[in-house]
This record gives sequence, structure tokens and C-alpha cells, in this order.
Amino acid sequence: MMSRTTIVSIMLRPSSSLVTQGQPQPLPRKGRTSMQHAAATEIKQGAAKPRSSSELKRRLWRNKWLYVMILPGILYFIAFKYVPMFGLTIAFQDYKPHWGFAGSEWVGLKHFERLFTEPDFMKILTNTLLLFGMNLLFYFPIPILLALMLNEVRITFFKRFFQTLVYLPHFMSWVIIVSIGFVMLTMDGGIINEMLAYLGFEKINFLLSTEWFRPTYIIQVIWREAGWGTIIYLAAIASVDPQLYEAARMDGAGRLRQVWHITLPAIRSVIIILLILKIGDVLELGFEHVYLLLNSMNRDVAEIIDTYVYTAALQQGQFSYSTAIGFFKSFIGLVLVVLANKLAKRMGEEGVY
Amino acid sequence: MVEDRTVSGRVFAAVNYTLLAIIALVTVLPFLHVVAGSFTTSAEMAVKKFILFPTVWSFDAYKFIFSTNTIFRAMGVSVGITAFGTLFSMLLTALMAYGLSRRDLDGRRGIMFLVVFTMLFSGGLIPTFLVVRELGMIDSYLALIVPASISAFNLIIMRNFFQNIPEGLEESAKIDGCSDFGILFRIVLPLSMPAIATLSLFYAVTYWNTYLSAILYLNDSLKWPIQVLLRQIVVLASGMDYSSDLDSTVPPPDQTIKMAVIVVATLPILLVYPFLQKHFAKGAMLGSIKG
Repeated sequence: MMSRTTIVSIMLRPSSSLVTQGQPQPLPRKGRTSMQHAAATEIKQGAAKPRSSSELKRRLWRNKWLYVMILPGILYFIAFKYVPMFGLTIAFQDYKPHWGFAGSEWVGLKHFERLFTEPDFMKILTNTLLLFGMNLLFYFPIPILLALMLNEVRITFFKRFFQTLVYLPHFMSWVIIVSIGFVMLTMDGGIINEMLAYLGFEKINFLLSTEWFRPTYIIQVIWREAGWGTIIYLAAIASVDPQLYEAARMDGAGRLRQVWHITLPAIRSVIIILLILKIGDVLELGFEHVYLLLNSMNRDVAEIIDTYVYTAALQQGQFSYSTAIGFFKSFIGLVLVVLANKLAKRMGEEGVY
Repeated sequence: MVEDRTVSGRVFAAVNYTLLAIIALVTVLPFLHVVAGSFTTSAEMAVKKFILFPTVWSFDAYKFIFSTNTIFRAMGVSVGITAFGTLFSMLLTALMAYGLSRRDLDGRRGIMFLVVFTMLFSGGLIPTFLVVRELGMIDSYLALIVPASISAFNLIIMRNFFQNIPEGLEESAKIDGCSDFGILFRIVLPLSMPAIATLSLFYAVTYWNTYLSAILYLNDSLKWPIQVLLRQIVVLASGMDYSSDLDSTVPPPDQTIKMAVIVVATLPILLVYPFLQKHFAKGAMLGSIKG
């Protein structure tokens, strides 16, 4: 918080620095460069705090241009991240657009009470949790497996070529992924249904059926993200000391044993960090993807919290109620990250913070 | 490392290569099918269903979709948003990342915490929507750029990259009279080309793929970017969704036409992808691992 006020005070001070810009900056006291200075304060650890306020002021003034640099970014985070967080308070109001935030009536926990008594809500929560579970179970291990397989490839050209191909879908929008899925799965002339018909099976209305929504969803997730997901694991694997493999081979370990005893333990902490982040994303299943797959026929299984929030707010105007739902979702996500992180730390892992 | 020459080692390698080849093939087949389908006639499409290479070439689908200026306009909107958005985002990200990369900046830990926290908790869709509306950005292209201008993730990658540049360089520039802005633009940025290429690609792809912000903030269909138009042509116009609202006398767009629109919407990414691919794998690794 202090930083923000100092920035403001810097902005308010009449500045002659336009003149000094480009001219030699005065050296810090005692002829130290600021790098040495920083190194010195780092060594002293506890002494990192300014000894006197005048020294702090001097340092702030010396770095004024750095504060100018970070100012637009800070304004961005305040306006589009922190103001909306405070905007969550409309979940406790009956927000009416034309009365605004200040004029709307406070109603306490009314919307949250409605949330937990609404029969629809349990269905939506179940749908959300099911998709989340499928993500963890079916998607999450695949990039790890792929990275391990790719790590065993010795032909550099093959490796590069493979990476080029499987990274590609990640750069396609959900609209494109879902559209391609659509032209392939449609009943009239889609390649998958034509294949089924050719093989003597009955055509399946994938796009409108309730049973096929979840498989379609998870296959598209895997198609788009599995290849890209390997990058971080490959980076972690690349930092493993080759001598470890050498030693294992000396001891007669085969390929699979090397993977099991060296590669996997080496990327364990990365896997755990990504798992924690994934759990925090619990309810972040990709609004766009589900929204694009959603239609009036599969709504029973496809409606998740995000899509429900969107529909309730923007099509039915229930701003406060849908904000309450969104709040609930964000809150659960935060709690789960904190819990998962605690658990990881108890197990002797680093965790994300 | 040397190739394993034992029998089990060879079997393992053979299985591994085969599986990976199949995975790569399955990943690209849908794209090939769509591209091939867009270059053939509807009649051919109806006869040969499993097209991967057109036997009868035709540009009818493309002639049709470019017969009005709808696609051109949407492409123009997307190109504009992508170009300005990427520039704007990179500028804000580089400035903030550089400030936060300097160890002598007071308060940087606190600011970093505030940045990271936004990755764990957010106000969500509706409060953000209300902020954008309060700022008067509805039906303005600004709504597609400004609310998404800094990605916390990209900011952290960039900051980590800057931190790995030897501090001595900056110090000596400073002694030679370079200002902080001068150091950033003349020394740090030219040394950060891999990170700049990577993050520009990430931002550009995000802007090109903008869909949610467009349907949230743009009511005027003349302002739609290509993604919204694509969605409209492929799914909604075919009468699948909300079928009751649609005029059933208008035939749904032909498969080949849908495929052509998909190809057009994908093309810009396919064009830049090969050139930047090397960079981004490297850049993403540099930033992500040392977090």
C-alpha cells in the first residue's frame, strides 16, 4: 500500500527531472554504485529496511522514472482487477443498473440463500465439478506422459517436427476448435458420422446429445492443450543432470526404470505446482469453450457456473444474483488453492507461494 | 545420450516413435480435412466424405464468402485489434516488468504480490463488465483491448527474463548517463528479443482469438471481429441452435463454405506460427522455469 501512496506523492511533486534526463545521474553516496548498494543491503538482510526516512525518500526520488514506468500497469491492475473485486459487493445488493452501485439497496445474504436453495444450482455445480474431475483425470496426466515419451526421442528432427505439429492447436481460438468439431460431427455430412454410416453404424447426433457433450468437451480440451502442456515439463526434464542417467545405466537400469527413478522424481515438484494451479482453476473450465458447445438440447449437462452467470446477468439482468454465484466460485477456487498448497508443503514440496 | 542398443531398448524406441507419430497425425488431421474440404466443390464433398486431399479443385467456397464485404470487414477489425492491442500490451508489460525487475525498487514485493493475487482470485465476469460499462467502452474497440491489456502471466515471464540480464550492463549505462527509460529501450529490450517475440505472439494470438469480450461489449454487428462472425456462420446460421428463431427457408451454409471461413479465420495464425515457433518454445521456458 505504501508504494501506491509514494507513487502519488512522486507524481504530485513538481519535477525538474525532464531536464536531468539524459545527463549523468549523481552517484549514490559514498561512491557506491546502486548495484553494490543493493548487494550490500541484501547481505545485511535485516537492514534492508531504510535506516531513516530521508534515505528512503532519496531512493524513491532516484527511482522516480521506474515508478513512472510501472504506473500505467498499476492503474490497469487497479481498474480492471481490483475495482471488480470490490465490485463483488454488489452480490450483497439488489443492483439496479440505472441506480448504480451507490443507489442500490443492500440485501445481505439474500442472493446466497437463493443460491443454495435453487434446485438448478445443484445441477450446475454438479456439471461444473464433473467437468473439473474429467480435466484432472483425463487431461492432466497426458502432457506429462507426452513429455516423458518425447524425452526418449533421440532424433532431433523428429522431436522438432512433432512439437511444431502438436503445439499448433493451442493457438487456435475455441471458436475455431469448436467450429472444426462442428463440421466434423454434424449429422449432415460431417466426416465422423459419414464414417459411422460407412461402417454400418447408426449416425449419432453428437452436438445435440446429452451423453456426448462431456466426451466431446474433454477430447477438444486434450486436442487443443495436451501438446502445449508439455513445454513446461520438457523444460524441467532438460535441467536433469545427464550424469544421473549415466550412473543408472551403469547399474543396469533400462529405459523405463530410468524414467521411473530419475525423470519422474526430477519433475515431481513441477507436476505438483501445476496440479495446485489446476485445482485453483477448479471452476475455471473455460467459459468460451463450454459456452460454444452449449445449446438448448444439451443444457442439462452442459450448463456450468460460468455460462449460468453469463446468461443470468446479461440476458435476464440478474446482476446481483449472478455476481453472488461468481463470487462463490472465485472464493471456492481460492480456498482450494490455499488448501492444496498447504498440503503440498506438508508433504515437503515447495508449493506455489 | 547414446541410442540404447539392447533388444528391449529397440522395441521401446519403436513403440515410442510409432505412438508419437500417430498422435501428431491425429492432431493435424482435422485441420487437413477442413483445408481440403474448403478447396473442393459441394458435390465432391457429398460423394467423397473422407476428404484429405481435394481431387476436384474449386474456389467456389472462397468466391462465395468474399462476394460480400462482411468477411473483409471482420478481418479488418481483427487485424486492427491485434496490431494495436499487441503493441499496447507489449508497451505496458515491458514498462511494468522492467520497473519490477529492478531490485532497488522499493515496494516491488508488494506490487508483485498484488499482481500474483489477481491470478488466484478475480472479481469475475459481471463486476468487470460493469467497470467496462462505467468507463463508457461499450461498443468501442477499446473494450476489446484495454481490459485485457496486461496478462499477469506474461508480465511475470517478462520480469524474470529482465532479471536474468546481467545488472552490470545497466549499471555501466547508468554511469555513462543513461536514464532509466534509456536503459530499458536501448539496452534491456534489444537484449530481450526472444522474450519479446514470444510474448508478442501470445498477445497477438489472444487478440486475434478474442470472442468473449466481443460478445460482451459489442452490440453492433458491424463491429464484429472474425471470431464472432465465424461462430455465426458455422453454428448459428445452420439452424442448430435456437432453431425456432431462424428462418427455415434459408438453406444453411454449405459444409465447404463453413470450412472456407474456418480456414480464413485460421490463416493469419498459420502464417506467423512457423517463424515464431522456435522463439516461443525457448522464451516460454526461460521465463516459466525460473519463476
